[in-house]
Amino acid sequence: MSIATAFEIMLAAVLLGLGIWTIVVRETFSATVGFVAYGLLVALIWVRLDAADVALTEAAIGGGLSGVLLLGAAARLRDAEPMAEAAPGKLLRATAAALSVLTTATLAGTVLLLPDPAPSLAPASVANAWATGLSNPVTNVLMAFRAMDTMLEKVVLVLAIVGVWSLAPDSAWGGRPGPRHRADPYGVLAFLARLLSPVGIVVGIYVFWTGANHPGGAFQGGAILASMWLLATMAGLADAPPVSSRPLRLILVAGSGLFLIVGLAGLLFGAAFLSYAPALAKPLILGIEVAMVLTIATTLGLLLSGAPERSAEPWAP
Amino acid sequence: MPAPATLLATTADGHLLVLSIVVPVAGVLLSFVLSERYVRQIALAVMPVGAAIAMAILLALPRGDGFIVYLLGAWSPPLGVALRADGLSAVMLAATAIIICAVGVYAAADSPPAAGSRRVPFAFWVLLMAIWAALNTIFVGGDLFTLYVALELLTFAAVPLVSLEGRADTLRAALRYLLFALVGSVFYLMGTALLYGLYGTLDILLLSHRVSAEPGVLIAAALMTSGLLAKTALFPLHLWLPPAHAGAPAAASAILSGLVVKGSFFILLRLWFDVLLALPGFAAAQILATLGAGAIVVGSIVALRQDRLKLLVAYSTLAQIGYLFLLFPLALDGQGRLDTGPALAGGLIQAISHATAKAAMFMAVGSIYAGLGHDRITGIGGTARALPLSVMTFALAGFALMGLQPGGASLAKELLLLETARTGQWWWAGALQFGGMFTAAYVLLVLVHALSPPDQPVALAARPRRGSDLAALALALCSLLLGLLPWQPYLPIPYALESKLFGVESLVKSLITVLGGTALAILLSPWPHPLVGTMAWKDLARVLGPFRRAGLGLGGLVERGDRVLRQWPVAGICMLAVTVLLAASMFGAD
Amino acid sequence: MGTVTVFGLCAAAVVGLGLYGVIANPQPLRKIIAFNLLGSGVFLLFGVIGRRGAVAGIGSDPVPQALVITGVVVAFSATALAIALLLRLFDTAGPATLDSDAPTRPRPDRFGG
Repeated sequence: MSIATAFEIMLAAVLLGLGIWTIVVRETFSATVGFVAYGLLVALIWVRLDAADVALTEAAIGGGLSGVLLLGAAARLRDAEPMAEAAPGKLLRATAAALSVLTTATLAGTVLLLPDPAPSLAPASVANAWATGLSNPVTNVLMAFRAMDTMLEKVVLVLAIVGVWSLAPDSAWGGRPGPRHRADPYGVLAFLARLLSPVGIVVGIYVFWTGANHPGGAFQGGAILASMWLLATMAGLADAPPVSSRPLRLILVAGSGLFLIVGLAGLLFGAAFLSYAPALAKPLILGIEVAMVLTIATTLGLLLSGAPERSAEPWAP
Repeated sequence: MPAPATLLATTADGHLLVLSIVVPVAGVLLSFVLSERYVRQIALAVMPVGAAIAMAILLALPRGDGFIVYLLGAWSPPLGVALRADGLSAVMLAATAIIICAVGVYAAADSPPAAGSRRVPFAFWVLLMAIWAALNTIFVGGDLFTLYVALELLTFAAVPLVSLEGRADTLRAALRYLLFALVGSVFYLMGTALLYGLYGTLDILLLSHRVSAEPGVLIAAALMTSGLLAKTALFPLHLWLPPAHAGAPAAASAILSGLVVKGSFFILLRLWFDVLLALPGFAAAQILATLGAGAIVVGSIVALRQDRLKLLVAYSTLAQIGYLFLLFPLALDGQGRLDTGPALAGGLIQAISHATAKAAMFMAVGSIYAGLGHDRITGIGGTARALPLSVMTFALAGFALMGLQPGGASLAKELLLLETARTGQWWWAGALQFGGMFTAAYVLLVLVHALSPPDQPVALAARPRRGSDLAALALALCSLLLGLLPWQPYLPIPYALESKLFGVESLVKSLITVLGGTALAILLSPWPHPLVGTMAWKDLARVLGPFRRAGLGLGGLVERGDRVLRQWPVAGICMLAVTVLLAASMFGAD
Repeated sequence: MGTVTVFGLCAAAVVGLGLYGVIANPQPLRKIIAFNLLGSGVFLLFGVIGRRGAVAGIGSDPVPQALVITGVVVAFSATALAIALLLRLFDTAGPATLDSDAPTRPRPDRFGG
């Protein structure tokens, strides 16, 4: 057994340990902490699987932003903790455990018995990379070969926002989401926010920009930008905009809207819906991605902030 | 066997498929930006355009050998993603367009839907267009992962509709719906991953030529099927449906019950009749139909015991979903493989017929609720006189649903009965007949109560809205006339069948359904009969007494069982058990 | 035993864990966390399958990677929507589980007057 394999086995074991902790631990807050640690470790696995783009996404969204979301909810629901009376009985839990183990075993067997050599679209995606002029194959799949999925997924983000906002009390409709954070302007959080935000923004933009040819891209960059915005609002340096704001709404649909417009241009003047003329492919894709990174950062930030709760009036101390 | 080249290139009229998705998506984005003031106008402008596109596809399909194909970005599968429409897609697109338009007119005439709230109309119209976009993508999507994204789009659009009114019970129903649907999606995604690992493509057409009955495929099929069953709310995975569909506003319930559950059902048809044709389908088909028969019995009996109209209609959806799954064993050919024949056509017509009728029913019940200020079944006496249009809508939709001529359900039933005879599976003929009788039972129950004289004069809480009521009535009429439409260019229907729709034989069949339904209603419904005071009734009651006590006892048991199955851990275990059962049955047959 | 085997088994195990958690944990927030675990297991499954499809020059098939990136964003949106629903439910009704819906019982039978 090579050192690399030993490392991988250890990584998998620790990951599973964290997963079990997350499921069985009594306190919800501890489970959330366990999940955040799990999310960061999963990113390492993705690196070992040679999927750096996914590793960045998992670290930023799966571990980071989901973690913040869950921790925030756990903190708010802490008073509601004693709810154990509804726990299913022993028999039900045993049945659930047995069936879950059976599923795991079947799935493991199926994965191990997959055919060799494995079918792959890697050669095809490399062979067709000329059409976009971008050398990151994952970006090519997302933006060209399977652009439809990416476009529809942007619409999913818009719907998630509509869904979260629709939960506002009628009195707060059009107002600002989430509670207003009041942090000590000279405290540690504000200091950290002032220090980290500029760095984070630069890193976010870099991760996005490099995505054309190297691992990275709109999702990953957007997630980093969103977390910087979050830090700033938590430190009280910025406030969430009111959801009725027209510019805000424009930003939220910029990614999917531009994608749709470019797609329709392809339908009218080019080869097909969502096709790019080879000469224009790179600037068009980068243009869509610029809009997308803005949209993603804003959407993720607003999803973390929750439903509108306050009036649109700016907060005055 | 390679895929035919004609299906791997864009055909004439292919752009129509793109437009069917893009137009509602554009509506969503535009109304999101232009905000509350214009959202209704945008939706009302999108509707005729979307309907025209659906009709254009319907007309274009027979011109193009029954297929329309569009390669997105001009990339051909497996690397790219294709959109494909066949006869099934075309009729579903058209039916969806009609229902969305009817519900749109109903909701638009109902202005303001919730006085004082700008939030509710904004969310409703945006989500309505999103549901349209998601469904159209499901109907024409040619790639299993694109279908996954569309399925999620559908869930994200449907869940907030449930909790529009913001009451605690609707929020709980929405959360339950969301979580269970998400688990269903994950199951579907797991199967997708395995199929990609096996064949290196997710294109439906390419897969259909590559799939063979290997163990990995059987596992993938079981996982994807049970995931989709959870999203379709087939018994016993129905825990989320009754509270979600009964708690939403009427127009939203009409969409949720009529259309949204048909999305995952349609993917199930795509999966079994396009991707997995090579699988030994016999045992799996029997399991699906058995669950369907269970849904008919449990859904109908519990529906007959509800004291609120909306819950009755929601439980009726549960039963009707079960009815759809009877098509699976009837579509088997001589070798025990699924075949695209009259059974599939019957199932799809039944789905459309239920979609139109159920949407009309929910809208009628919504009007009754708005008019009376409540929807207790024992308190709707005199409604037929006070709200004649709504009661008539409910009646017509109910007649269509129970299989009276010339409704779509009666054509569907004829087709399915034809196949029970061909395949020699007489036991499913019993389930089909009972399904119709049960439907008749709860429809008649409501009508008898609505037609009975009121205890005190009916005081309307709100004036009936003519526009809304006419939209609902039109949809009910649609459902009742579905049997007369020319389906042959789109669905495999034997030509001899349509002439049999009228005549003495069919009259007798209708009569049997109605009489059986009356008997079931008397035996299983706990509500005092409105004619209870009359002498003749007292004599009848004396004779029927013991039978009815037995029936009510049985009903109570079924209701208690339903309550157990709707507990979260039980439903979760059921989902895993269904997966295991499906996989095991296919391994056994292999 | 290579990377694919180790992480393939790991992915299957995470799926099982997530399934058990979704079914057996009574609190809604714990179900949401378990759903995330379950999703992560399925994404790892895609990752393993992508890794098996590695060719010279590319360490992993880019198509499954792209599918996972799309899937992660959808799962995050779902988590956000679920938590927003849960918090709103908490504000409206106080601590509650998903199973505490009070089904409407039929009133006593009065057949035959």
